[in-house]
Amino acid sequence: MTRYVVRRLLWTALLLLIVSVLTFVVFYLLPSADPARLRAGPHPTTELIAAIRDQLGLDRPWTVQLGDYLRQLVLHFDLGHSYRNDVDVRDAILERLPATISLAFGALVLWLTVGIVVGVISATRPGTWLDRLAMGGALIAISAPVYWLGLVALYLLSEDIGVLPILPGQGSYVGLTEDPWRWFTSLLLPWCVLASGYAAIYARLLRATMIETLSQDYIRTARAKGLRRRRVVLRHGLRGAITPIVTAAGLDLGAILGGAILTERVFNIPGLGTLAFDAIGNADLPVIQGTVLFGALFIIVANLVVDVLYTLLDPRVRVA
Amino acid sequence: MSALSALPRPLLEVRDLRVSFDTDDGVVHAVDGISYTVHAGRTLTIVGESGSGKSVSCDALIGLSRAARTRIGGAILFDGRDLVSASEDELRRLRGNRIAMIFQDPLSALHPYFTIADQLVEAVRAHRDVPKRAALEHVLELLRRVGIADAPRRARGYPHELSGGLRQRVMIAMALVNDPELLIADEPTTALDVTVQAQILELLGELQREREMAMVLVTHDLGIVAEVADDVAVMYAGRIVERAPARELLSAPEHPYTWGLLQSIPRLDRPREEELVAIAGRPPSLIERPSGCHFHPRCAFVRESHRRLRPELAAPADDPGHETACLLAGGARRALWLALRHGATPQQARAAVPGADDDPAPAP
Repeated sequence: MTRYVVRRLLWTALLLLIVSVLTFVVFYLLPSADPARLRAGPHPTTELIAAIRDQLGLDRPWTVQLGDYLRQLVLHFDLGHSYRNDVDVRDAILERLPATISLAFGALVLWLTVGIVVGVISATRPGTWLDRLAMGGALIAISAPVYWLGLVALYLLSEDIGVLPILPGQGSYVGLTEDPWRWFTSLLLPWCVLASGYAAIYARLLRATMIETLSQDYIRTARAKGLRRRRVVLRHGLRGAITPIVTAAGLDLGAILGGAILTERVFNIPGLGTLAFDAIGNADLPVIQGTVLFGALFIIVANLVVDVLYTLLDPRVRVA
Repeated sequence: MSALSALPRPLLEVRDLRVSFDTDDGVVHAVDGISYTVHAGRTLTIVGESGSGKSVSCDALIGLSRAARTRIGGAILFDGRDLVSASEDELRRLRGNRIAMIFQDPLSALHPYFTIADQLVEAVRAHRDVPKRAALEHVLELLRRVGIADAPRRARGYPHELSGGLRQRVMIAMALVNDPELLIADEPTTALDVTVQAQILELLGELQREREMAMVLVTHDLGIVAEVADDVAVMYAGRIVERAPARELLSAPEHPYTWGLLQSIPRLDRPREEELVAIAGRPPSLIERPSGCHFHPRCAFVRESHRRLRPELAAPADDPGHETACLLAGGARRALWLALRHGATPQQARAAVPGADDDPAPAP
């Protein structure tokens, strides 16, 4: 097991290297804008642009720039400085991370809770009106785009512009360490909006696997033992059906940690998603590189964690 | 009948049990009015092909087939209480406690994600308020009793780590944790190797004698009947077509379907060239069952009237313990079986036996 994890981590390093090379190449082949010109301000002179280009090292061949970047990355874990405002990229990302982590984990807890409860309720009463209602609602939640749902939620509930102004502090994220209560209220709507689609997908996924699980022979055995129905469903049934949910949750969490751009934009949350979004607009390659690398890292690590969890969840799986 | 009435009250008495399912294709009459009794310490074997209703009738005994679209009729008297009209909670308290069940495929019948100990301890604690440690002691003792060496280590393992035979021993131990009075075994050896089958049957027999347990054993294998059964009921298309003490059914079977089952078993005392006789045709649909005698489309001795008349289970006056549901006359049946036993094909037997072609109720 340890050897397996170590091997996977070495692969992770290699993959991240490949990702950074690819990001670099894509940026030079398809630049979103000229970073030197953007930095120079509204009415730049040619000399100023040239000077900036020289200062940022953009006049060198891109292969040399890439080599430099990779050397700094591998030897010092240095992600460089922003073209736009000279901020250290690593610091910028670490500063944005808590907001994204708060958003991602809160949403995860919410969508797992709702998804599992609704999935179990539906799976144990397939075809009833309750099941139809839940699955119909899930379909709507899956179909609703986050930016639309987010704006509607703000319009309905936020304290400043809401029809029913009950949630204060929307659009002004506050760190957990600063003020836990305002942190909670400012994230309540973003959590709900981000979680709604996932909760719906998970409810449908769990319903399907749970219905299949409940028809298994071992469920009949559990009933033949004389267990109460609640225990048969929640212990034997849920345990048999939960594996795909855990797998999906790990992967989705990894993806969101790389930045939930839409949700962060709509609710003005200073996370990795908005950082990446702004960097792309500013042709700020070091920041783009940094956010892409972090996003990739989260996804790769999430994959690894899911694979390890899988062996813990299913005793029949043994890692080679 | 005086000898029978002298026996104590049967532990299990099934009266005119009917089980049907509503499906999109129509009503499936899985069990169509079967009756039998089982006494403490005795074994009834229910024999039949897949789809004859034998497993469904067992699930119905402890309320496992109570799906939304299932209808159960008749009476199931267990120790004098009717289980058909019993509440789900009452049934739940009997299941795994006074009535236990083991299933065909022990790999799929055990939960893949829980340890053996976990699953057995849970079975104990479902009915008895004992601490986990005490339950585990009891479970380990039982695992040793069913022949699992190194029980503590095995108990910590998962079902997939055991062989098929060991898994079925685990299932048996799990069924016995609460000392049931009745054990329902649904094809307990079908998924096992032949050598293991014999061991498992022997184990079941021993445990049954030890505990004075009544047993209902469902199988499609008449070889098992010879080894363990006291009484046999042969099921076809949801009905019992022949019922007799095991020894008698094997030596003097009365129903053409039973003949077919017996003749499809390879026998060492027969020349190898002799062909096995398979029963022609397929088991009938339980949605639209054949008219008259349900077996008539596959019976080599069918008469015109058998397509219209339905035979009732009945015993001859001189042998009240051996009931058959067949429209052929008793004498003709005995002569036919004799001819078949001596190697005649069904056609030859039919031609050779005088009166075998008489129709009891020819069409008007």
